[in-house]
Amino acid sequence: MSKNKKIFFQILLVFAVLGFLGILINNLIINLTRTGIGFNFNWLTKPASFSLAEHPLPYSPSDSYAWALFMGWMNSLKVIISSLVLATCIGTLIGFLRVGKNSFFRIITAGYITVIRQTPLLIQLMCWYFVGFLSIRNNSFLNITNILNISNKGIELFGFSFSSEFSALLVGLSIFSSAFIAEVIRGGIQSVPLGQWEAFRSLGISEKHGFIKIIIPQALPAFIPGLTSQYLNLAKNSTLAIAIGYADIYAINDTIINQTGRAVECFIILLCSFLILNLLITKIMGIIDKSIMKSRI
Amino acid sequence: MINRLFFGLAAFGILVTGCASNQNENISRLSLIQKRDELICGVSGKIPGFSFIERDGSYKGLDVDICKAFAAAIIGDSEKIQFRPLTAAERFLAIKTGDIDLLSRNTTLTLSRDSFGGNGLTFAPVVFHDGQGLMVKKNSGIVSIQELANKSICVGSGTTTEQNINDTFESLSLPYIPIKYQDLNQVVAGYLQGRCQAMTSDRSQLAAVRSGFKKAKDHIILDDVLSKEPLAPASDGSEQKLADAMRWTVYALITAEELGITQSNIADKVQLAKNNPQLKSLRRFLGVDGGLGEKIGLRNDFVINVIKATGNYGEIYDRNLGRDSDVPIPRGLNEIYSKGGLHISPPFN
Repeated sequence: MSKNKKIFFQILLVFAVLGFLGILINNLIINLTRTGIGFNFNWLTKPASFSLAEHPLPYSPSDSYAWALFMGWMNSLKVIISSLVLATCIGTLIGFLRVGKNSFFRIITAGYITVIRQTPLLIQLMCWYFVGFLSIRNNSFLNITNILNISNKGIELFGFSFSSEFSALLVGLSIFSSAFIAEVIRGGIQSVPLGQWEAFRSLGISEKHGFIKIIIPQALPAFIPGLTSQYLNLAKNSTLAIAIGYADIYAINDTIINQTGRAVECFIILLCSFLILNLLITKIMGIIDKSIMKSRI
Repeated sequence: MINRLFFGLAAFGILVTGCASNQNENISRLSLIQKRDELICGVSGKIPGFSFIERDGSYKGLDVDICKAFAAAIIGDSEKIQFRPLTAAERFLAIKTGDIDLLSRNTTLTLSRDSFGGNGLTFAPVVFHDGQGLMVKKNSGIVSIQELANKSICVGSGTTTEQNINDTFESLSLPYIPIKYQDLNQVVAGYLQGRCQAMTSDRSQLAAVRSGFKKAKDHIILDDVLSKEPLAPASDGSEQKLADAMRWTVYALITAEELGITQSNIADKVQLAKNNPQLKSLRRFLGVDGGLGEKIGLRNDFVINVIKATGNYGEIYDRNLGRDSDVPIPRGLNEIYSKGGLHISPPFN
């Protein structure tokens, strides 16, 4: 096929796809209008008239739906970023212990990974919330004066207090994701050829030093793709917040759909906000990946 | 090559436009139900006394009996129902997408929900007059709404309840912390576990929920009534025929109570009507003459089917919420108008 012909077909394909999407959207709008639902985003500026338990920025019920949604997005972001950090720390530790020499830790971590991976996240979250945090009676569960206080009101750390909903979600998501991250870490470490271990040992480099300086740098590139997909999963899993009463973007969407009846628009917003969030995560991980590759050369 | 491409595109186009055009464009929902020979009824399934799943898997409650009355009126058989348990957030979309025929799920009638610019539904007459209340633990010492300032309150999300509690606290300039759950069971769990100092819902639901507590007496429902909550069955706003059928089925239940027609004496009443041509209004009501049923797309004797299946409104109420039921709620506003309540039916003329 000549080059011109190729270009022609490429253009045709683009138009076909665009046309197809156009038809779908047009149909959606026509059908929504016919059922009397209509399709517009004007309602976004109207007052939300519901209150929120948690909002990182000032919010009152007379603020707009758009602002309420943004608060939800911020709440989601808050829990996603903090559990991302926590899950990575726990996961890395578990992953290292899983491939370590100490057989006691190896068995314990294998059990941890098995139990966490084999039970549904929703049930784990409910368990952390209703059975975990909420069943702490009267006194606190753990109290280190002025530093950490865990009670049925949530977690208080260095004077910052986090609600029990947030805490349960944070703990639940982190623990769940950490099991998967641990497996990613294990896979990465095991992808380094055994010869490398033998090599540094024969050079008389200590076990600890060799692991950190020889093995980890080679395993790092293998971590990144696995970690990225676990982070994306974590972000998406955060929508289960609705089950335990945390005001994330999905929970707020839910309320808005009920008040306005704008299900289609709300879901479009929801999908877009997660798309943006996950593209951001992918981009950041891509940058990290690149910098690792560069440092190896 | 190009031919094949065009053919493919054309087929695709037909497929897409075919999908988009509304099937059953001309058939009304009412005829669809009759053709299907089954009514798909959206309920809650989680509120004792209104709709609750029994041990044997059957549904029981006031909302369920209303569904049965609709099935008896539309299909002629109160057992031909498929119940769909729905959350508060799912319910309206389920109607608009056509997943369910109608909703009998303790839904509050409001302007937004009833209007084409809002949820685009239409409502049958109110089947239960309710009001929103607050439940607190007795030993908390809280006796009025003022004392709930800065306290956490458990509330179901996606309900008018959520809006009412906000309106009330805002108008009193009281700050509070709403803890929102999607499901009534979670609201109850949150409240019992002590996450909130109070839970709010319709007073009937609070009573229903409390009846299941281990120590029901340790909880009190505050005297403050935050809102009026007229609960009514709903259907798609563009389905006039179905709406008419539903409306007059509910009115039939109320009229039957007014006329003293019950499940046990319906056969006698029909005989009475047939034998006495001078009992004009009774004959019209029971479909002996007048042809009223036909006008709303039902059989002329639909009232007989309905009363045989569920009894009149008072019987339905007593069975599910009466003094001897599991969830006793005094009738109060839910008496018929002649006894000082709010239930009244326009004439069957």
